[in-house]
Amino acid sequence: MEIEYPELNLLLQKFRANPYKIYPVFTPHTGYIKEFKVKEGDLVKGPTGKWLEKPGSPLFILEREKNTKIIRAQISGIVQNLKMEFLNKFVEAESCVLEIKHQLSQEEIISEILLSALYIIKAPETARYVLSPSLALKLEKEGIGKVKVKTGDELLIMTFMKRETPIYLSQEGDFVIYRLYFTPFQLIQKDQPLIGLCLEEKLPYLEKIVKKIKKEWPSS
Amino acid sequence: MKLDLHRKLKDLLDTATYIKDIKGEAFLNISLLIEKISEVYENFYQHDLNFIENFIIQVESEIKKIMDEAERTLTPYEIVKIVRHPQRFTLQDILENVYDSYMELGGEGEINIDPAIVCAKAIIIRKVRNDLYFHQVMVIGHEKGHGEEFRQGGSAKPWGNEKALRFMQMAETEGIPIHFYIFTPGAYPIEDYPGSAQQIARNLYYMTKLKVPTVALISEGGSGGAEAIGLTDMRLMFEKGYYSVISPEGAAAIEAKIRDGRPPRELVEKCAKALKLTAKDNLEFGLIDRIVPEPPLGARKRDYEFFKKLKLELIKATDEIVLQTRSLKFLRKYTLSKQSTEDFKFYINWDLDEDEIEILIENRWEKYKKMSQWAVCEPKNVIKSFFNFSRSWGLKFKNELKYRILKPSHKTFKKFLDELTTESSLLFKPVSDPVKTVYNLIVGKKIKSKIPTPILIEEETSPYRSPLALEDKTITCPQAEKYGCPDLWVPDLYGEYCGVCPNCGYHFLLEYKWYLNNIFDKNSIKPFNDYIASGNPLEFEGYAEKLKEARKKTNLRSALLTFEAKIGGISLVAVMLIGDFRQGTVGVAEGEKFIRAIEFAKITRRPFLALVHTTGGIRIHEGTLGLIQMPRCTIAVRDYVDAGGLYIVVYDNNSFAGPVASFLGCAPYQFALKSTRLGFAGPRVIRETIGQEIPPDYHSAENALKRGHIQGIWDRRELRKKLFTALLTMGGKNLYYR
Repeated sequence: MEIEYPELNLLLQKFRANPYKIYPVFTPHTGYIKEFKVKEGDLVKGPTGKWLEKPGSPLFILEREKNTKIIRAQISGIVQNLKMEFLNKFVEAESCVLEIKHQLSQEEIISEILLSALYIIKAPETARYVLSPSLALKLEKEGIGKVKVKTGDELLIMTFMKRETPIYLSQEGDFVIYRLYFTPFQLIQKDQPLIGLCLEEKLPYLEKIVKKIKKEWPSS
Repeated sequence: MKLDLHRKLKDLLDTATYIKDIKGEAFLNISLLIEKISEVYENFYQHDLNFIENFIIQVESEIKKIMDEAERTLTPYEIVKIVRHPQRFTLQDILENVYDSYMELGGEGEINIDPAIVCAKAIIIRKVRNDLYFHQVMVIGHEKGHGEEFRQGGSAKPWGNEKALRFMQMAETEGIPIHFYIFTPGAYPIEDYPGSAQQIARNLYYMTKLKVPTVALISEGGSGGAEAIGLTDMRLMFEKGYYSVISPEGAAAIEAKIRDGRPPRELVEKCAKALKLTAKDNLEFGLIDRIVPEPPLGARKRDYEFFKKLKLELIKATDEIVLQTRSLKFLRKYTLSKQSTEDFKFYINWDLDEDEIEILIENRWEKYKKMSQWAVCEPKNVIKSFFNFSRSWGLKFKNELKYRILKPSHKTFKKFLDELTTESSLLFKPVSDPVKTVYNLIVGKKIKSKIPTPILIEEETSPYRSPLALEDKTITCPQAEKYGCPDLWVPDLYGEYCGVCPNCGYHFLLEYKWYLNNIFDKNSIKPFNDYIASGNPLEFEGYAEKLKEARKKTNLRSALLTFEAKIGGISLVAVMLIGDFRQGTVGVAEGEKFIRAIEFAKITRRPFLALVHTTGGIRIHEGTLGLIQMPRCTIAVRDYVDAGGLYIVVYDNNSFAGPVASFLGCAPYQFALKSTRLGFAGPRVIRETIGQEIPPDYHSAENALKRGHIQGIWDRRELRKKLFTALLTMGGKNLYYR
């Protein structure tokens, strides 16, 4: 008999009720809003391209001291709460001009759920990381989501060429490695996630929820 | 018998298809003829022998007629099509049919550092009456056929050109002549180490003083890729080859200002005509020495007669180069010019001794110096030219006397004196030192400091005010989103900040006059040669108007400014490529001015500075005459640097293509200002030629520094100071000259 985790269920219900995230768009500085390039309910796109080199859709034009600046969307979504009354008016810095209602994708929802469900080990320093050899071997053999670890196990090695520091699991409990967030030998910034661990008894329930999400939201 | 006829018929079908490919389907009755031949060819075994024999004779005469007509009406664009046709001969065919034996070095087909470049050691046999003489040569060239899928159409990558350079050095060590074969549409435009432009510049720089006779044969001479192995003593061109600064398609795209997609066909044909890229045109311009004749509509893979003639031409060309270095040569030279059969009347040893090598290199320099000089537009004034001539000779005499005769003797004497004093001081030290110390103690004299080094005195802010700074408004830094830069007030930005964002260091575009007024000492700039003007040697349609417009806009006669100037009292000769004049492109006038300036710096023993405001490459409207400025200027640079000069290049804004791949890129000291973009080809050309999207920072100065193209990134606000320090540190004690 599996144990229920009400907080995960609650989170899922919240996403079901409202699968959106609101991104307000602020003015970077004072100025006059000269023109709106969008209407209420328009679909806008964030930056695209392999290197995000193609800028997002234009939202409005802000002018200060003869400098016209096009403010562009940083994320894709639908325009709402557009303040038409700002047109040709002076606005203060940091005033919210419109909001972009961004529909969460399957991956985004899963990562949000995982963030609250998993125990995440973060990078203690900006360095390069590798899995400890025994763990790497196990992972290769059994695959992700099956390898068990417990308190005191060596998980990772922080490496500066030949100077290596092992990282042990300090949290109490039996865990399963659920997700790897890093590529071996790549430079990882401090406090970036490295490994996501799931409590062993929590695993079946989490998997069920992920399955549900995958079913309910079409993958993009 | 029947098999023979079958093969003959196949050949005829190939020839007919070839004509159709070149001249188009609508040419005479070629389509009908092909149909007829293929009908017989497909049902070959149903027909009887007599019928086929008669058919072949009939078709042969018909094809000959069509061929003659096709040859008579050949247009430049059709020549381009001949060159690119898969049936045309490639380097492999030449290696097999012209040389008597060969061995490919550094790669085997696809297993190769760059399959587009083939290097081979070959033997060519000369028959003199009944004797056979073996000549060893190095063959380096582009290969586009025999494995098209991995040859990249003969576009050499940077490491391919590096491989070519390595084998040139090998030939130099062994003292054997090099035969270069140019079959390339252009270099492969990538910036991976060492960078396309950088490697071409290195190749050119090395080839200027290659100590062996070199011959180049051009079939498809595409821009920088061709120059990378094209600086030679003798340049031959195949009759149906093309040699051009840009492909006709590329020129059309620029002319029509097309960003994506293909230019219209008519425009491409027009450009092919306007670029004057055929062998005949290039011979007229004096850029090649001779044309190697080809059969009608060009030689193909199995034209054995043609290969025989080519062998003769090759031996003759190499002989000529070698003979030019010999003192006793006249009779042989004459006989050689009359040579038309494979049986030679004499044997010439292709080994050169020290003196002959010197003559060889001198001849090469003279040859390139003369090229394209007829196209230089300068006012003909007898008195003025006499004055200039006598002035330059006077300068030469004065400086030769000063630096060759007086200074070295002075130097040796001083050196000897120095040695003597240090030796003697050591001898007397035990005695003199205690006395000196006591004396100093009593008098209270301090020990003398070292020789004073020059320091840069900051002049009071110059009254120069950039016209850009006159607007009362603010602008946004392009990197504001990334770095959160505040808006910049224009008079501040173009005044005090020198066009640099104080937050992130982004460099805005500034007009060229700013540099002239802010880098050099006040009133020290003395322009010279500014009467040399850009002309329209190819009579390119519409170019004259564009030139007029540029002259009106900038009040300049060419894109290159040459002047004498001073930085912190250090006198130097400088050139500046100006972006406002046709995007700082280099043509005949610019090349000539560059050469004269660097020679002037050499005569007067002064450092030479090249400032690049912006350069867009070689000016396509001047065709190969512009392209030839690449090797010409590189030779001048080599001459100057070897003589002991200090050559510094500073890039700003955008620097691309030809100049970067030659006389700028070969400089030992290259620096770039921040936000500079430099490289070989721009993003559009890269996308079109290799079909790859490139990251936005692909051409950034940081990347150029990372791959070792430039030696440092400077800030524009500190440019004057940096240049001063660079002159002092790089120039060393003697500053001007070694």
